Amino acid sequence: MSRIAKRFAQLKADKRAGLVTYFMAGDPDAATSFEILKGLPAAGADLIELGMPFTDPMADGPSIQLAGQRALKGGMTLDATFDMVRRFRTTDNDTPVVLMGYYNLVYQRGAEKFCKDAAAAGVDGLILVDLPPEEADEIKSYADAAGVDTVLLTAPTTDDVRLPAVLKFSSGFVYFVSVLGITGTASATEESVRRHVERIRRHTKLPIGVGFGIKTPEQAAAVARHADAAVVGTGIVDRVKAGIDGNGKATSGLVPGVFAYIKSLADGVRGVRKD
Amino acid sequence: MPDTPNSFRIGPDERGHFGIFGGRYVAETLMPLILELEKAYNEAKVDPAFVGELKSLATHYAGRPSPLYHAARYTQKLGGAKIYFKREELNHTGSHKINNVLGQVLLAKRMGKTRVIAETGAGQHGVATATACALFDIPCVVFMGATDVERQAPNVARMNMLGAEVRPVKAGAATLKDAMNEAMRDWVATCETTFYCIGTVAGPHPYPEMVRDFQCVIGDETRTQMMEAEGRLPDTLVACIGGGSNAMGLFHPFLDDPSVRIIGVEAAGKGVETGLHAASLTGGRPGVLHGNRTYLLQDKEGQITEAHSISAGLDYPGIGPEHSWLKEKGRVEYVSATDDEALAAFQTLCKLEGIIPALESSHALAYVEKLAPTLPKDNLLVVNLSGRGDKDVPQVAAMLGMKA
Repeated sequence: MSRIAKRFAQLKADKRAGLVTYFMAGDPDAATSFEILKGLPAAGADLIELGMPFTDPMADGPSIQLAGQRALKGGMTLDATFDMVRRFRTTDNDTPVVLMGYYNLVYQRGAEKFCKDAAAAGVDGLILVDLPPEEADEIKSYADAAGVDTVLLTAPTTDDVRLPAVLKFSSGFVYFVSVLGITGTASATEESVRRHVERIRRHTKLPIGVGFGIKTPEQAAAVARHADAAVVGTGIVDRVKAGIDGNGKATSGLVPGVFAYIKSLADGVRGVRKD
Repeated sequence: MPDTPNSFRIGPDERGHFGIFGGRYVAETLMPLILELEKAYNEAKVDPAFVGELKSLATHYAGRPSPLYHAARYTQKLGGAKIYFKREELNHTGSHKINNVLGQVLLAKRMGKTRVIAETGAGQHGVATATACALFDIPCVVFMGATDVERQAPNVARMNMLGAEVRPVKAGAATLKDAMNEAMRDWVATCETTFYCIGTVAGPHPYPEMVRDFQCVIGDETRTQMMEAEGRLPDTLVACIGGGSNAMGLFHPFLDDPSVRIIGVEAAGKGVETGLHAASLTGGRPGVLHGNRTYLLQDKEGQITEAHSISAGLDYPGIGPEHSWLKEKGRVEYVSATDDEALAAFQTLCKLEGIIPALESSHALAYVEKLAPTLPKDNLLVVNLSGRGDKDVPQVAAMLGMKA
């Protein structure tokens, strides 16, 4: 059983939803972002999404765009991102790590090599924003062979006719993008989340994570009432930014600030009991 | 020649691929809308009402056909090939862009969309889109890099006068690539009501095919006009390439005529060897950006690098996927011209023919100046004069130390 499957099984046994935390590898520097990664499980993250910085993040709002630019400016590379995960695995062998980003980085390394390298580093899954099911066959067999889950996105525009095509390429969990738009902008209503999650459940037994627009413990709790996990990204990236000084350097308050925020989100999610 | 197909004009396949190029690399949110667009386009292009309305607009509004003009003084000066200009710069709004925009905005109306967005580099596509939206009374937002807003100020004013909202984009180098990122971000949030009018033969399928089809009027007319003028096909075609829509429009109808030599001219900026250029085919390699796989300027890891060109319309690190395919198949030759060469060609044309060309088209002219003298006098050469240079007057005047 994969780490992702195990983690969702455990969450089910614990009768609660999970908190998925996204942050950008290398933001604002490799050492600080490794410190964040290492401390996330203790701060309350159940699954970790690690952003791979890319020059042209077309589905991201200003916060995550700037985070990627900070990371690239700091010299972050894909090898260094894999290395972060490798080091993380020396202290944590249970928390799933999913890489999230854009397909060109995978394509340039070669899909087969990328999947092998990711698996060897201890990566459990991949979310590629610009690889819809129409093109996902480019990586699926390599990801399967390497034991890396492919987490495809579903959106409010993904209707019941189209959903099976998305699910055909999905493993680990299903990521429901709860609003039309880019990261860190609008938020969905709880009613809309409920309706879509129920709709997706009719098509799959995979756990469902819901993201986009979740920034407060209350919003995370509202999602936790319906989905198997709540995904928070921009809110965390904003806390990273708040801990950077005028010269672009991490202050001593950066990491504690991120963890305090994540703990508040985790409290929100864990306060919802699912029987 | 590697693996020559029976025809160079049959692409893309049903998944939008030209060989390994093209495709639909977009966020899931957009996928259903792109499929809907494809369906709507496939229905419209065989609907006589749609085709007829577009043709009527092309004739009575845009001013088609554009002339095929024998540039006698230019021919004499270069002392080789017999040179014709396909005068796309005489179209309404001053470039070939109107051909595509009228088609897409008609399609937007047909699909019931209530808002149109576009990206623009030089502003020619933005002006064309703003124009069509004024005509059809649809709100229009144009995304334009802040750098380009500066260097193409006349076009910004035109868009504003036409009632469009111009949104300067400050990300990255603040040029065409960044404008396209921002347009796609807007589209993800508004796709149920908004039509994204892409200005070139790039982006996710069906855009490369659809824009090509709308631009093929250039090559179709050229074919007829050359038959009338000379009783035979041209021997050589030359066009500049940023994304590649004016070139594809001229080239595509001739791809299966093996006697026709076809040449695309990329922007070499300060020189391809300097790294400061926009020549994706010459200096890039295949990658995935903006919804398609194509040749891109990028670093080893796949981060997209900034393009550099004097011409805002060519200042883009990618190129339409069908061009990438035609390069790999060897059907079209792709060469490049530098900023300095383009600027010199710009001035030459002004003085010899009394035509102020766009800096984009000046790249094609720069290559013609090298090529034409090497060709025999009976070689019929057509260069696509894709746009007029009025928008470039302040920038060029400043560079030449003239008062604008």
